[in-house]
Amino acid sequence: MTATTDASNEKIPVTVLTGYLGAGKTTLLNRILSEPHGRKYAVIVNEFGEIGIDNELVVGADEEVFEMNNGCICCTVRGDLIRIIEGLMKRKGKFDGIIVETTGLADPAPVAQTFFVDEDVREAARLDAVVTVADAKWLSQRLRDAPEAKNQIAFADVVILNKTDLVSAAELREVEARIRGINPYATLHRAERCDVAIAEVLERRAFDLDRILEIEPAFLEIDDHDHDHDHHHHDHDHGHSHGLKHYHDEDMQSISARLAGDLDPDKFMPWISRLTQERGPDILRCKGIVAFKGDPKRFVFQGVHMMLDGEPQREWKAGETRESKVVFIGRNLDEATIRAGLLACAA
Amino acid sequence: MTEPTASLTAHLRPLDAGEHVVGAAFLGDEPALALANGEVRIGEAGGQKRVAAHPEGAILTVARDGGALLTGGDDGRVAQISADGRVVTIADEKGRWIDALAARGGAVAWSAGRQAHARDATGAVKSFVAPSTVRGLAFLPKGYRLALAHYNGASLWFPNAAAEPTALEWKGSHLDVTASPDGRFVVTSMQENALHGWRVADSRNMRMTGYPGKTRALAWSHDGHWLATSGADACIVWPFKDKDGPMGKGPRECGVRSARVTQVAFHPRALVVAIGYSDGMALLCRLVDAAEILVRQPGDGAVTALAWDSTGARLIVGLDSGAAALLTLPA
Repeated sequence: MTATTDASNEKIPVTVLTGYLGAGKTTLLNRILSEPHGRKYAVIVNEFGEIGIDNELVVGADEEVFEMNNGCICCTVRGDLIRIIEGLMKRKGKFDGIIVETTGLADPAPVAQTFFVDEDVREAARLDAVVTVADAKWLSQRLRDAPEAKNQIAFADVVILNKTDLVSAAELREVEARIRGINPYATLHRAERCDVAIAEVLERRAFDLDRILEIEPAFLEIDDHDHDHDHHHHDHDHGHSHGLKHYHDEDMQSISARLAGDLDPDKFMPWISRLTQERGPDILRCKGIVAFKGDPKRFVFQGVHMMLDGEPQREWKAGETRESKVVFIGRNLDEATIRAGLLACAA
Repeated sequence: MTEPTASLTAHLRPLDAGEHVVGAAFLGDEPALALANGEVRIGEAGGQKRVAAHPEGAILTVARDGGALLTGGDDGRVAQISADGRVVTIADEKGRWIDALAARGGAVAWSAGRQAHARDATGAVKSFVAPSTVRGLAFLPKGYRLALAHYNGASLWFPNAAAEPTALEWKGSHLDVTASPDGRFVVTSMQENALHGWRVADSRNMRMTGYPGKTRALAWSHDGHWLATSGADACIVWPFKDKDGPMGKGPRECGVRSARVTQVAFHPRALVVAIGYSDGMALLCRLVDAAEILVRQPGDGAVTALAWDSTGARLIVGLDSGAAALLTLPA
């Protein structure tokens, strides 16, 4: 983990656009490129021709994923992205942001990791948000049979639940609950033909993590939730007053841990490093805001698998409670161990 | 760490660039700057010719051949610009970017994605599809043969031969490529802050590691015995004189400072290397005793281009901020 000064204001924001085949990524891209929002985006697409807009800043990518020779087993990056962002920097000042479209079957990890691993990319650009377009009609099915679809939901900062006009109200609640069961932290938008406001998708600063301390998914506190077993379905609506179904995904979970007061950096840093090194392949995303003893600034971090990056952010405000919160999304994560680990880092 | 006391800054005159300098070269006697906005500027301040080599495009890569400058753009074109400002389009890979470029003796090679192309002096074009995107291209000194850098190694390709290219394998992402002036070694820079070399005769591997950053500038000394490299807080110079090249030997370090070396250019006649840094400073360093002479004070961004004229009397320094200067060595 490196602590760097906050120079992110000058960095170009990058939005990663994922979504399973047919969910509506291209519809969204065409909207972003054609609507008058006053911003100009360079778009890195995986297939030419699908984009109906003639734009000099549309660049074709090859999705060339390779493993770094750094002894980190899950550290794959997108080589083509490094090359394209280097080239786009020659046009710096001519566009406001970069959008990276991935193929429907792509794992978002190599794209996200590229922004941690490559020094030149890190200097030029910052990952703004992973936006996942999901098909309201088919997502529940895909979550059962396509691990890629589940990864895309788990990775998301923003989920656009598209084609909501093709499902009933009950089906919609069902699919939303399944998304929440995997990733309760993403902002979820319902859409028809991807008709979500562009401002809800781009330049979100989702990786600034400002929302983490505020978001406390209500259902994490409720014990009686459905368990989703693929073999013997016994989904049924518990009929909570707010009408949200609660699922626990057997395969992918999110865990959050909170600690009032300050943390000791000499305990926390080794703990989080060891945790992500040992459990890296299972941890898809992690984020956190931390109060370090004696530090007037909030320390924020985020990670993808074994990659971690953190920096001091703004100062704690007067009257703001100094507390730390970490969030992990991944497979087979043990909540009790992670909570105990964080508690042991108290200053 | 001491800053050099000797200084040539009084012999430095500004050149008018105004845009990120991607590459520089002398076209005959005229200094030329290839700019990120697609323009090439030829001549000294006041009497500059402005050539729209890539209208509406950006210049991504630059090579020089004799009296001409070659530019590859994100408009998919390879352009050849002569000293009088004439632009000839050598190739047009519509809708793609020109990722790499090399030129020698009237022949030009370029790549777009996995496609590499070689055009000989007569204009005949041959093509090769590499296993993955070609990031670097270099002509070997002997024969009509090219080295291509890509994932998991490099390929040596005879464009006029039917035979499959020779594969030089090493796991990882290889970026720039260069061949030693005697043709015995091929060296690539890598994503993992290292250089990788092969002895062409037996494909023997050599690893050159220890860089804190990526090496993106490589320059051979005029006698071919030394390879100067960027990517560290000093210019790292590897010995290639012996039959085993740098194997088992350490490099020399020139111009040690607390700033990253971004550009290197060996003097065409002496064992003196021009070094450009990420903070805009440039200096000359003599290899035998590491003596330093200041060329440009720090400031205005990072040095992105260095080019000597053919006799080594003048040096162009270009920066990413659009600053540029011409050094004329005192006679």
